[in-house]
Amino acid sequence: MTTTVYVPRDAAALSVGADAVAAAITREAALTGRAVRVVRNGSRGMLWLETLVEVVTEAGRIGYGPVTSDAVPALIADGMLDGAPHELRVGVVEELPWFRAQNRLCFARVGVTDPLSPEDYLAHGGLTGLRRALEIGSAATVAEVTDSGLRGRGGAGFPAGIKWKTVADTPGELKFVCCNADEGDSGTFADRMLIEGDPFCLIEGMTIAGFAVGATEGYIYIRSEYPEAVRTFRRAIDIAYAQGWLGDDVLGSGLKFDLMVRVGAGAYICGEETSMLESLEGKRGVVRAKPPIPAITGLFGKPTVVNNVLTLASVPAILADGGAAYQALGVQRSRGTQVFQLAGNIARGGVFETAFGISLRDLVEEHGGGTLSGRPVRAVQVGGPLGAYLPASGLDLAMDYEAFAEAGAMLGHGGIVVFDDTVNMASMARFAFSFCAEESCGKCTPCRVGAVRGVEVIDRIVGGEDVDDNLALLGDLCELMTDGSLCAMGGLTPNPVRSALQHFADDFTPRRVTP
Amino acid sequence: MTVVERVLAVIEAHRGDRGALLPILHGIQAEFGYVDQSVIPLVAKELNLSRADVHGVVTFYSDFRSEPAGRVTVQLCRAEACQAVGSERLVEHAEAAYGVKVGQTSADGAVTLAQVFCLGNCALGPAAQVNGRLHGRLDPARLDGVINAEFTVSSPSGRTS
Repeated sequence: MTTTVYVPRDAAALSVGADAVAAAITREAALTGRAVRVVRNGSRGMLWLETLVEVVTEAGRIGYGPVTSDAVPALIADGMLDGAPHELRVGVVEELPWFRAQNRLCFARVGVTDPLSPEDYLAHGGLTGLRRALEIGSAATVAEVTDSGLRGRGGAGFPAGIKWKTVADTPGELKFVCCNADEGDSGTFADRMLIEGDPFCLIEGMTIAGFAVGATEGYIYIRSEYPEAVRTFRRAIDIAYAQGWLGDDVLGSGLKFDLMVRVGAGAYICGEETSMLESLEGKRGVVRAKPPIPAITGLFGKPTVVNNVLTLASVPAILADGGAAYQALGVQRSRGTQVFQLAGNIARGGVFETAFGISLRDLVEEHGGGTLSGRPVRAVQVGGPLGAYLPASGLDLAMDYEAFAEAGAMLGHGGIVVFDDTVNMASMARFAFSFCAEESCGKCTPCRVGAVRGVEVIDRIVGGEDVDDNLALLGDLCELMTDGSLCAMGGLTPNPVRSALQHFADDFTPRRVTP
Repeated sequence: MTVVERVLAVIEAHRGDRGALLPILHGIQAEFGYVDQSVIPLVAKELNLSRADVHGVVTFYSDFRSEPAGRVTVQLCRAEACQAVGSERLVEHAEAAYGVKVGQTSADGAVTLAQVFCLGNCALGPAAQVNGRLHGRLDPARLDGVINAEFTVSSPSGRTS
């Protein structure tokens, strides 16, 4: 009898040796005369357990982790292939509390299936959404997405259905669907994991978007820092064409939809939608002034849907189960699920998909297990480099767009970066400015010059030079950048700075030399 | 093949692409290891762009190098999540161990040290990409081991495309 063993091919798993683990399992099994089939799945998202090996048994898929290649011979000798007890055995993966507490819609197949197997995809509900869209027609598809309450997962949270309707209602021979996979925020990796773990889901979502708005070409802009995602998605596209899921006659329906990969070139600003469009056009990734909005004047001046990976990957489930089912999840105007990402100094980091409304403290302390270092949590940054820093006392905040906006913070792309008590928040505020200086596209002055001045002003404050005057100047500068910048890069850089100053003022007091 | 023929072959491969300049520049860097100033006029002429346009694009994006990289390229993540688990100590170690600053290539052409803001490995930091391969949970000893292993790999392949 052949035993099936899952070893992730996700880049995070590869980064801690998953390839070597897979090779060792194949080798050791052969030595002991066991027939094994090693399937390279996506990651379950429990990244502290990577490399997480799963063995298929009658009781379910039993996990062992974190497994290193050195540990494989002993594990196999101890009966891992039969699900035997071992100190690395974590039990049936889907029954783990961390896993059961989630509600996985977007990530339903990630870690479960072989990402590049069309058979697996179909067996786990793939293409149900697209088939239903083709059946109910494009207008009803847009209406379904609108009814679901789905909001853009890239960070801005704009209602996806309204954006789609605008593109659908704009006349044009040529329209585009662009997927923004320029996931540059530190502490976020859900786009990458979805692309590597369930690429067909994104292909399906983009195809549904194309059908809904009348676009025949799709582009996915993947950042170059994600070579594994680029490779996986290119292979998935080839397979999808071969299956008749893309091309001139999608699923025999007569729908034409082509999909192309474009790779970024190391510019954070290209995650801003208009800058991404410029980059897709082969230009410098300089932000465009809005209006005109991309839905009307987008890629090459044509009507264009620009959505984040998770937004588009949520669409197949919405179409398959109906917008109402999705709308039933979440709180107030934040409907459905969000894929939160626990990162930084965290004991149990990874992806945690659940309905909006869970508290930040539950995520960080209960599910995340506090810091990796074991020291107290001091600060948490939510929403990437442009998100606010929250103090340990301020974690009782519901994870939804409006609650965060009220607290002067933002949910962004769902990234949560934890810092322990060794962090110096003046340094982090300085870093926010220096990051902005490094990554600004340079088009508008508040961002291009303000970021550089910001670094200088913080250096003067920390250096004890005219502290009160410089604090006032810093306040002015933040106000100017917030109000005067063309896009979120300059406009939101004051978020981490002001929140650091507000909650951690002591870190900004001049460092005196002890006598 | 001459340099011109190699560049033309890259351009030809992307002739039908919309907005082909970025794919072409990635192709040129994959072919030569860097984007030499001397190829800019040719690319501009073939795409019917000005030399300034092409130069502007090449210099906007941090991926495109103007000179060859070392045998091993180390991209150390310095974004917030990696900072929270000590990426700056790793940067200090790498700079001292290889005698170069971030952004430089060692005089013997062995190591290029670069910084990067986020590799998407934020739960397993500090992270680095070494010759295009991602590594997590790095400390100075593990980083040295990874770099040394790359030197023993015979061909300098595995660059990101």
